Amino acid sequence: MSPKRNNISSFIAKLPHNLFSGFVVSLIALPLGLGLAMASEAPPISGIIAAVVGGIMVSILGGSHVTISGPGNGLVGVLLVAITTLGIEGAYAAIICSGVLLMLLGFLKMGKLADFFPSSAIQGMLAAIGLIILGKQFHIMLGNKLSLDGSFDYLLEMPNTIIGVFKYTEPGLTFAAIAGVSSLAIMVLYSKIRNKFLQLVPAPMWIVLIAIGISYYYELVLQQPNPVSPQYMIQGIPSATQIVEEIPTPSFSGIGSLAFWTSVFALTLVASIESLLSIKAVDKLDPQKRRSNVNKDLKALGLATIGSGFLGGLNVVTVIARSSVNVNNGASNRSSNFAHASFLVIFIVLFSTQLTRIPLPALMAILVYTGYKLASPRIVSKIFSVGKEQLLIFFTTLFFTLFIDIITGIVAGVVITFLIHIAINKSVSIFFRNVLKPNVLMFQEKETGVYYISVKHFCTFLNFYKLKQKLEDIPEDKDVVLDFSMCQFVDHTVMENLSGYQEIFTKRDGHFEVIGLDLHGTDSEHPFALRRLIPGLSKRGNALTKRQLTLFEIAKDFSLEYESERTTDTHFLDSFRYFRTKKIEGIYNRIFNSEKSFRLFDINFSEGEFIAKEDVKTTMLYVKLNASIPKFTLDREGFIEKMGHLAGFHDINIDKHPLFSKHFYLVGPDKYAIAAFFDDNLIRFLECNPYYHIESNGSSLLIFSKERVAGIKEVIALSDFGKRLREVLEIEVNEIALQN
Amino acid sequence: MEYKKFQTIGIGVTFSPNLKANIYEASRLAMLFGSKLLLIHVGNFSEEKRAKFETILQPFIIDGLDAKIVFQPGNPVEAILEAVSRNNIDLLILGALQRENFLKYYVGSIARKITRKATCSIMLLINPSIERIVCKHIVVNGLEDVKTQKTIANAFFVGHALKSEKITIVEEISHDEVGTVEDTKTLRKTNLLKERLRRREDTRVQKILAQLPEHHKEKIKIATQPIFGKRGYSIGHYAKVVRADLLIMNAATKGNFLDRLFPHDIEHILTELPTDVLIIQ
Repeated sequence: MSPKRNNISSFIAKLPHNLFSGFVVSLIALPLGLGLAMASEAPPISGIIAAVVGGIMVSILGGSHVTISGPGNGLVGVLLVAITTLGIEGAYAAIICSGVLLMLLGFLKMGKLADFFPSSAIQGMLAAIGLIILGKQFHIMLGNKLSLDGSFDYLLEMPNTIIGVFKYTEPGLTFAAIAGVSSLAIMVLYSKIRNKFLQLVPAPMWIVLIAIGISYYYELVLQQPNPVSPQYMIQGIPSATQIVEEIPTPSFSGIGSLAFWTSVFALTLVASIESLLSIKAVDKLDPQKRRSNVNKDLKALGLATIGSGFLGGLNVVTVIARSSVNVNNGASNRSSNFAHASFLVIFIVLFSTQLTRIPLPALMAILVYTGYKLASPRIVSKIFSVGKEQLLIFFTTLFFTLFIDIITGIVAGVVITFLIHIAINKSVSIFFRNVLKPNVLMFQEKETGVYYISVKHFCTFLNFYKLKQKLEDIPEDKDVVLDFSMCQFVDHTVMENLSGYQEIFTKRDGHFEVIGLDLHGTDSEHPFALRRLIPGLSKRGNALTKRQLTLFEIAKDFSLEYESERTTDTHFLDSFRYFRTKKIEGIYNRIFNSEKSFRLFDINFSEGEFIAKEDVKTTMLYVKLNASIPKFTLDREGFIEKMGHLAGFHDINIDKHPLFSKHFYLVGPDKYAIAAFFDDNLIRFLECNPYYHIESNGSSLLIFSKERVAGIKEVIALSDFGKRLREVLEIEVNEIALQN
Repeated sequence: MEYKKFQTIGIGVTFSPNLKANIYEASRLAMLFGSKLLLIHVGNFSEEKRAKFETILQPFIIDGLDAKIVFQPGNPVEAILEAVSRNNIDLLILGALQRENFLKYYVGSIARKITRKATCSIMLLINPSIERIVCKHIVVNGLEDVKTQKTIANAFFVGHALKSEKITIVEEISHDEVGTVEDTKTLRKTNLLKERLRRREDTRVQKILAQLPEHHKEKIKIATQPIFGKRGYSIGHYAKVVRADLLIMNAATKGNFLDRLFPHDIEHILTELPTDVLIIQ
């Protein structure tokens, strides 16, 4: 447990970082807010209003630390139904009511609500929402506005729209389609390219900037009207004064109708699920390892939704993509959420007329990409790898959501999951007899201090909250043994949640072990994979690629060991600053010595979540040192780092070596120790060798050059550099020891 | 320190496959505790029945067991309760039933009714056996209750008589006392609170232990363990986890209608016997 710090001074010290990341987030929030609102057929500005109200209120009243709140993609489908059946004023009333319910959930401490839904059913619901967004916006992206009855009809119509693009006679439409397709290309390719300058602005903002740029180019340089048909431009962006003057009045006339309350409940359900899932995911990324108070957050989100509804905005939820960008840009407290809202206000005040220069298809491309990410085939194959029955749950929820509505969908998902559980166990009584029993026991073993938890009977989405309550009581840096040997049945929802706990415990130096499941595997009564731990990573075949064979040869030459298999045992990397906000997926192609003090490996990690997710594969070298040295990060001084100065990162300059200070960017907690540590010898060594990113965690080094997998030559160079650097450092440490 | 020596031990007997095992267990306990044994048979007297019981009792009677057989016709629950009060029985032994195909035991409806109404201590046996099974580890509740002191005193008397190796006193800390963890701040707070509760409970138990007669504590390893779970239920779970041989608990405070509706404390244990259970009245 960390001691209490001086709150105000540390808040001020971190403010520049938070302002900076709030700014980056607002760059995504602007186009997303407009797009999500338009996809819901609400006025585009309502999305921005939700983000502004949400950002301000949740940052002041919320209980999480690095989340961003605003209009959510999960709500598009529900809002669409609400607005078409109740009208926009009626929908605002429904939004306000759902805000009240959300607050109520917070006061009743129902933050555990999301645990009551089977995870495959939630996946199915999200995929259905993705398809609804994708199906509807796909046509607009290609310049073909349609109005069909059901969400499914839009999906069926997609091939016709594609064929239709090639038959446009009006050039305005063709240009609209070109704008849409190229924007989609930007969204898809952005995450594949690792370039510091490109990455400075998030993809959705690039689309906005390019679109506005082209529009000005036509107007000012070519002196022609914008080639995109005017009906495919964003319309109805009011100026700041108009927004204040034209606040809509919510109409509560439909409050007695069933349709009204159906919308209210659907909004509340989706808003709470989306928020709770996002908060849980963002907590894993928090570099300061804090836990969010979900109930407090629900209250704040509810209040923000009420405010947003009265001001003409949409529901406010916690959003995963924007939050992950927030974390990756160095946010450390809620002030970044506040900053994001403030920057949005500034954008609207200053640039509201420029926003009408964005073609609609370009904006919709962002949503098509979002929809695709929610319903991507990858999710289906991931669920299939867990078990066929999960696929059945997934598709049942998906189709019921698509054809009827979201509440029916999630209810169907819960029912089918329960029926499957009964079928697997060939027994109803195991559930009914035991569902209310307090089946979880926890105690801390006196001698070892290990927390032991034993679960009896069964553990599924129905009673996971009991286990969860116990798990929440344990600090994450402790050791936990979870024993299922008295438990007859454990379902996928539980296993998935547990693997989340396992991840967070490992990351925070604790240990989380699940035992007692081996018996289940051999027990013929439980043949299903529902209780299996983490779906096994597929093993590669025996055939090695040319690169792997060469790596094998290199390893032999240096009398090192080589293993091509992927492993997720990457705890030794968790203490490096570089990985604080990144999620390591695994390491492979490992070359190492027998003590494992020298390890060269290919690594796969990801940064950000959802549409802001970027997968990175690269080659790194880990060197364990025999002595302790100061913690530092050394990189080439570049544009980003210069930007970083503005945001409050302080480069440490070495007095006698201005050239070194100019070319290298050096940061670390203990400025003086680092300045003393970087003496002439070390600096000369670094100056006359190629640039590498070098990071020290106090006892070991992490060295890599580029954010891509290294070629054979680069691997040899990296390995050689690492060895020589270790020698230099060890001489250095000895000298310091002698001086003292 | 008051503990109640069991003067008279009663056991209900019928002609079931477990008859011999039940009588053997009861006789052994009576010998170890130095008590009289009373076999209660619900039904009319017959010489043939008496002879059967006596044959089984024979080896113990040779060793000096003071045994008596009572025939009590009528409704089983009332008949046994009647015999208990008339003969001043202070420990009644009842057999548990096993759920089909599972290694799970529960108390049958008759025995359950007796347990609720009886004014004496009750021993519920899950696995009566003809051979003696050593009772190595006893788990006893240490919850804050007026009855606890007596229960712990009795546990040491029993442990001493059965030559047990270890007695664990379990303090149950209920969730309501600690509060819900919501974020880092409450986590820190509840952990401090838990630590304080743990120390408080420990002092209380140590105080009780200090008052016990020394010779009862000889050769017995004493441990305390705080657990977090539902009061009265989780102790059974704990006994099962540590593979205890005997669980000793307070008798329930007389339940009203509502208590019956929302089963608590002992009622939970009765539906799922973790091991042999001794309820001290």
